[in-house]
Amino acid sequence: MALPHVLECEKPLHELERKIQALESLTSNDADQSALDAARAEYAEALAHLYANLSPWDIVRVARHPKRPQTRDYIRLICKDFCELHGDRRFGDDPALITGFARIGSMRVMIVGHHKGADTNDKIACHFGCAHPEGYRKALAKMRLAEKFGLPIVTLVDTPGAFPGLGAEQRGQAEAIAVNMLEMSRMKTPIVSIVIGEGGSGGALGIAVADRVAMLEYAYYSVISPEGCAAILWKEANSETNSAAAKALKLTAKDNLELGIVDDVITEPVGGAHRDPAAMGRTLEQWITDRLRELNRFKPANLPARRYERFRKLGSYLEVEPTPEPSEDAAAPSPAPPAPETDATTPRAAQGNGAAARKPRTRSSEPAPAGN
Amino acid sequence: MATSKEQVQTTQAAGRTWMDVKSGGSNAIPEGLWLRCPQCGQMIYRKQMEANLHVCPECEHHFRISASERVRQLTDPESFEPMFTELRCADPLSFVDRKPYAARLVDEQRRTGEHEAIKAGRAFIKGRAAMLCCMDLTFMMGSMGSVVGETITRSIEAAIDQNLPLIIVSCSGGARMQESGLSLMQMAKTSAALARLDDAGGLFISVLTDPTTGGVTASFAMLGDVILAEPKALIGFAGPRVIKQTIRQDLPEGFQRSEFLQDAGLVDRVVHRRDMRSEVSRVIDYAGK
Ligand SMILES: [Zn+2]
Repeated sequence: MALPHVLECEKPLHELERKIQALESLTSNDADQSALDAARAEYAEALAHLYANLSPWDIVRVARHPKRPQTRDYIRLICKDFCELHGDRRFGDDPALITGFARIGSMRVMIVGHHKGADTNDKIACHFGCAHPEGYRKALAKMRLAEKFGLPIVTLVDTPGAFPGLGAEQRGQAEAIAVNMLEMSRMKTPIVSIVIGEGGSGGALGIAVADRVAMLEYAYYSVISPEGCAAILWKEANSETNSAAAKALKLTAKDNLELGIVDDVITEPVGGAHRDPAAMGRTLEQWITDRLRELNRFKPANLPARRYERFRKLGSYLEVEPTPEPSEDAAAPSPAPPAPETDATTPRAAQGNGAAARKPRTRSSEPAPAGN
Repeated sequence: MATSKEQVQTTQAAGRTWMDVKSGGSNAIPEGLWLRCPQCGQMIYRKQMEANLHVCPECEHHFRISASERVRQLTDPESFEPMFTELRCADPLSFVDRKPYAARLVDEQRRTGEHEAIKAGRAFIKGRAAMLCCMDLTFMMGSMGSVVGETITRSIEAAIDQNLPLIIVSCSGGARMQESGLSLMQMAKTSAALARLDDAGGLFISVLTDPTTGGVTASFAMLGDVILAEPKALIGFAGPRVIKQTIRQDLPEGFQRSEFLQDAGLVDRVVHRRDMRSEVSRVIDYAGK
């Protein structure tokens, strides 16, 4: 029951685990058995309670748990006949991004996913899931292949971020990510993306411009890591500031759902995906097949317009009455009060932006979003 | 926005803390008649530098300039018509670090006299009509939040609707952390809008200036049909400090500068500020727009 890598937040469970182990080792009689049952029940309850109340920073650590299932694990669990395709035909083969044909249920698909690495050597080879430009270009090349042959694309996002390095910059890390987003937005084939662990900024989004985007319950998706944010805005990354940054960044699955950034949150087994990868795989497979079946009803040629609308409405801003020409005198304070609570303002927030205090409203000039 | 003015702390400077970005050169030009050029170290006469398009007369160092100054330099006199000025930041996450985002915005607006880190509008450039967006580094390090993303997206859509060439002059510390995921999504939104401009056969000239980094580089800035860059501008995805920490080795001289990117095949032309107007016009003409 004990995990080799135990999270800080799971420490209260240790004692119960030891108790259960002690009871299990005893020769059984009825009294021991009932004590064991009670301890197991207590443990199950404590675990459920703990995971129902994880702080955002705890969630980040669960998302990074070394035992958390990765892309290759899910491929093993939910895909049949995986046919891996390597390389970008330009520079090389980045092991941090896996691509290939696979069957999920009765469907033929293209799988694209970040890979962090199974053991130490694998992790180093994969740069801990931080892809290089050739990785993003490989992903794009294989997605184009999928589009050509009418296969839907399933992407599994799990990266701390795109690799920050000399070669990566020289070979156009930014360009590779940007081109992927542009091209994914107009691909005439269904795309579904699932953030299975870490959704680290542009490195994540570079394979996540999809018709439907989901997050696993204890994944995170953020513009910057809590540590990076803490170092910049709090001037120091320590457990306290990391925790504060994780909270402020609204990076959990629930937060991202409320902001309209993801469409669904996929429930994990009690105690997280790492406690029952097989069960997680079944739930994930179900979500993928359901969404792809839904998307198969659309003509592929019509998907880009719908996908565009999905991303087009993301963002939260206000619109004030147009002000006269702004003063050129930079020394003078801004004439219009920047406080957005003036009567003239119209909140226009992201779809389902329940986190904001103001009522969100979609753009009135547009038809109501289709209920899909 | 629940933040009252009492909550505004004035002791700390606003979030201008992208150290990597800052290391490239002076962010704000110091006050005074004379100033020291950060590149050649010469004392130069401010008025002379300003009259020289904010370029050092001794060594050609390109000083960072505001969006207003950029508009003035690029467009025909009196031709710039501002658009989308009604957009305002909404602090969607009620973000608070050591200081509330709402308060930071108020401070930045008061300090700069601008509403956001971008100016957009229709203009003429040597008589050619165009949609122009200029990012403003002086406002929260030119970071991209919802307003910047929406302004750029609307500008792209306007360029499509009105069949105008689009010019975006970038300078940015990247995505705005205080809007987290929504900032991140502006990268996808602007890139997707550029796919539509591309489908419509429109022309997009991306002009990169010091510094262009992070989520801005990794979205619209690197998606130009033609990409021009001012000399020695810092252009990259990750900041040099982060890279140094990651790879634990010193970075070569000129790494992530415009000339380095041109050598790497990522930028079409490095263009001196004094030539930018004519170079942009030339590309518009070659594209037949
Ligand atoms: Zn100089």
